[in-house]
Amino acid sequence: MSEIPHLLVHEHDDNVGVVVVEGLTAGTDMLCCVTHDNSTFRLTAGADVPIGHKIALKDFKEGDTAIKYGEDIGKIIADIPKGAHVHTHNCKTKRW
Amino acid sequence: MASKYSNMTVKAYRRENGRVGVRNHVVILPVDDISNAACEAVANNVKGTMAIPHAYGRLQFGEDLELHFRTMIGTGANPNVAAVVVIGIEPGWTKRIADGIRATGKPVAEFSIEQNGDFETIRAASWAAKEYVHWATELQREECSISELWVSTKCGESDTTTGLGSCPTVGNMYDKLLPEGIYGFFGETSEITGAEHICQKRAINEEVGERWYKMWKAYQDDVIFAHQTDDLSDSQPTKGNIEGGLTTIEEKALGNLEKIGRTSQYIDILEPAEMPQSGNGLYFMDSSSAAAECVTLMAAGGAVIHTFPTGQGNVVGNPIVPVIKITANPRTVRTMGEHVDVDVSGILRREQTIDEAGDALIEMIVRTANGRNTAAEALGHREFSMTKLYRSA
Repeated sequence: MSEIPHLLVHEHDDNVGVVVVEGLTAGTDMLCCVTHDNSTFRLTAGADVPIGHKIALKDFKEGDTAIKYGEDIGKIIADIPKGAHVHTHNCKTKRW
Repeated sequence: MASKYSNMTVKAYRRENGRVGVRNHVVILPVDDISNAACEAVANNVKGTMAIPHAYGRLQFGEDLELHFRTMIGTGANPNVAAVVVIGIEPGWTKRIADGIRATGKPVAEFSIEQNGDFETIRAASWAAKEYVHWATELQREECSISELWVSTKCGESDTTTGLGSCPTVGNMYDKLLPEGIYGFFGETSEITGAEHICQKRAINEEVGERWYKMWKAYQDDVIFAHQTDDLSDSQPTKGNIEGGLTTIEEKALGNLEKIGRTSQYIDILEPAEMPQSGNGLYFMDSSSAAAECVTLMAAGGAVIHTFPTGQGNVVGNPIVPVIKITANPRTVRTMGEHVDVDVSGILRREQTIDEAGDALIEMIVRTANGRNTAAEALGHREFSMTKLYRSA
């Protein structure tokens, strides 16, 4: 891959991806890579998101489930547009 | 079936009981907190020895006391330790720990302080320590198969890059070396929460999986639910995890479990600091997810090298076991490079495959076993933290 990806996604079923570059700014046309098979797609970053933090791959409604590693990682607690930052302010464990 | 890993060897120390160690420490081991000062005085008198001070060992009872003895004996018995001077306040528990270590066949001397005082104890113990240093420094490394290593893992200051890069690197190493006959340890009981359904299925059979689930559930009920505040007091995930982008315990757990690779299965479950008894293979040790506590317990269980994936940059080390730090986070490489032994940030740039990263880790395990000091060793990280089950009497 000649261009370095901005966002990595574990599995095709995932609906969130991880920013893997420092200093990502809103409006960036991100190269996104699904690590399962190295397939790629593009997505526009909706916010400045720090390295390691997650971005929504779809429009979420409150009550939806966030999927990463092909698994349930928690519940969405606020509507999130595609491309926006997903973290503790809008996603929470179902455990406690 | 022979693989390219089958013929790999390391230059290491063959101990009296046949086990292989990669370091050659002469340890001055306190039985209890009030013997720390005497141990540190002996270590100061005799260069080439190391005192391992700790906070406990008095008025403990029941299972908590058993864990204390197991941790002390396991630390002394670890093959990275050539010889041990044990010092305690009174002779009873001192003898119990010394005898436990002696079962390995290595040289052990014991001293107690009551009716001797610190001065007389330090004098006598220093003579013994000096003899051990002369003896240990003449021991020679010999060629041993890589399959004879016992390798533990626990990750720390995890973030989303650990699940993408450094944890799968460790998993790849286990997938390659467990079939060669190494012993492996993983644990962090509370941190599997969110991936317990997956972890249970990674047992070698249903019976082991059910025992694992009972152990996990007991930790959950007796420790977590018994003491939790509404959000686990910012401890799962930790503030560092959240800063690194991890949002929930489920997300953290799934990344954590990447450390056991794609094909590895655990063959048995260990109590904290328990030595494996079921032959070579991967073991789950019931353990805290706090870095120093977990590494201390696994070292007491007999691991001689620890592989430590980190995201945000945990700096932990151990007095007797080299801790190899692996990170995939380019920011951590940039800002905390002195703590990093294996940089796998190329995985995030898609310049390095997990298979290549696993081989890079295996190469670092070999170099570390041969004597290369890890970053944690070079920086003097010797965190030794006893796990305590409940208050003392």
